Parts: sequence; structure tokens; C-alpha cells
Amino acid sequence: MAESQFVYVTFIRTTPEKLWRALTEPEFTRQFWMGTTQESEWKPGASWRIAKPNGATADSGEVIEIEPHRRLVLKWQNHMFPEMTAEGFSRLTYTLEEKGDSVKLTILHEMDKPDSKFIKAVSGGWPMIIASLKSLLETGESLEATRRWPEGM
Amino acid sequence: MGADLDKVFKALAAPERRLLLDRLRADNGQTLGQLCQHMEMSRQAVTRHLKLLEEATLVVCIWRGREKLHYLNPMPIHEIAERWIGKYERGRLRVLAELKEKLEGETDG
Repeated sequence: MAESQFVYVTFIRTTPEKLWRALTEPEFTRQFWMGTTQESEWKPGASWRIAKPNGATADSGEVIEIEPHRRLVLKWQNHMFPEMTAEGFSRLTYTLEEKGDSVKLTILHEMDKPDSKFIKAVSGGWPMIIASLKSLLETGESLEATRRWPEGM
Repeated sequence: MGADLDKVFKALAAPERRLLLDRLRADNGQTLGQLCQHMEMSRQAVTRHLKLLEEATLVVCIWRGREKLHYLNPMPIHEIAERWIGKYERGRLRVLAELKEKLEGETDG
């Protein structure tokens, strides 16, 4: 039973295929996820990482479950802040469900530790990233604040 | 279909429902039974309020085995903020909110 959890749900006017590409492919993630890219072979057990624009690892882990266009579960450890790295692995689950002309995207981010600093930190970041992803898919433009890696980080 | 703003505002326009959101903010992922504890409302009333919150996607449910857990979903409120608060105002508003908090002690509300 996870002790620290956050859930985000948003409806995006797109298809599960496009949303899946946006969540995993570099030309999309760069635009709404602070210029970062994700590297993985996208199969169960494959390693996974988020690379900053300079190539350094921001977060890393492993693909636990993958069902293209429907569900992705990742083991996720932060490498930006030592106190968060020390917390070990969190678990991230994306669920995509088609609802009429939209896709319901559910993001569950959890860690088996009470009062996780990392889960608290991402809880502030996710809404902005998801809002920008939604904007990119619905209007073709991401939100400006999410297009570049913050200076000095 | 997106976060239906009418539903979000309607759901927020009742102190009982805001109280349920506060309880989830303090402790996210609760069952109906947990949410009913220390409430001056019947289980039926809590269920009814949760249904409206769910329809507005302010609360989302995730099944853990046989338990239905309720979570606060911040996205609709974030979308409202995105719509009416410009990115330059955000920093100033935060400074003012922090000042207010400091001057009034702990938290407001």
C-alpha cells in the first residue's frame, strides 16, 4: 500500500495514439516538459530515463508494465535532489481511456513512504506539465513556461 | 468534453463539498467510510456530495482491490487559474498570499 500518492485526471481532445506519442516521443516532450526527452526501449524491464537538455539524467527507472495507447507503469527515481534520490523509487502509472472525442488521462504518482518529499515536489509540477501537454495537443502550442529547462537547475 | 466549468463551480459552491476536498487534501486516497468519520453528515449525504465532486472531476476514484479510494484532483482548479491568471501575475499573487498568511498566522479559511 503506497503511503504518498497524487492523482491527476484531465480530459484531452485527442486520440489515445497521439497522446501516447506525446508522452513518450522526444519531439513532443521537448515542447511541454521543460525541453527534456525520455529514453527507453519501451518494453517491460527496459531502463527508462528523463534526460535534461544538456543530456544529464533528471530522473531514471524502469518500465514495469506497458500496454501501448492504454497503460504505462514506470519505476521512477529522482536524481536532481539528494534527499529525494535517497527516498528510492516511486511508481508512476499513466492510464489512457477514450471518452467520446477526448481521452481521459489519469496520472497516479505514488511512493511506499509516508510524507515523501519527492511526491510533494512533483505534485506541484505535474499540473503545469499536463496543462501544457493538453494545450499542445488541442491547440498545437504548449505553454510558454514549460518550453525550456529552468536556468540554474 | 473537458473539465466542465459549470460543474466545477457548482461543485465548489457548497461548504460541505469544500470540506470534503479539504479532508482529501490533508489525507489523499480515502474510502467512503473514512470520509464519513467525524462528519456531521449522513453517509447518504456524503455519497451525494462525492458524486457531484466526481462529475466535476474534482475528485477521482481508484480501486485498490475491493476498496474504492477517493483522491483530490487539482486539474480543474489549475485550469481555472490558467484561464484567468496570467503568468506574470502568478508570482505577485503568491507573494501577496504569503504575506497574508504570515500576517494572519498559520492558514486562512
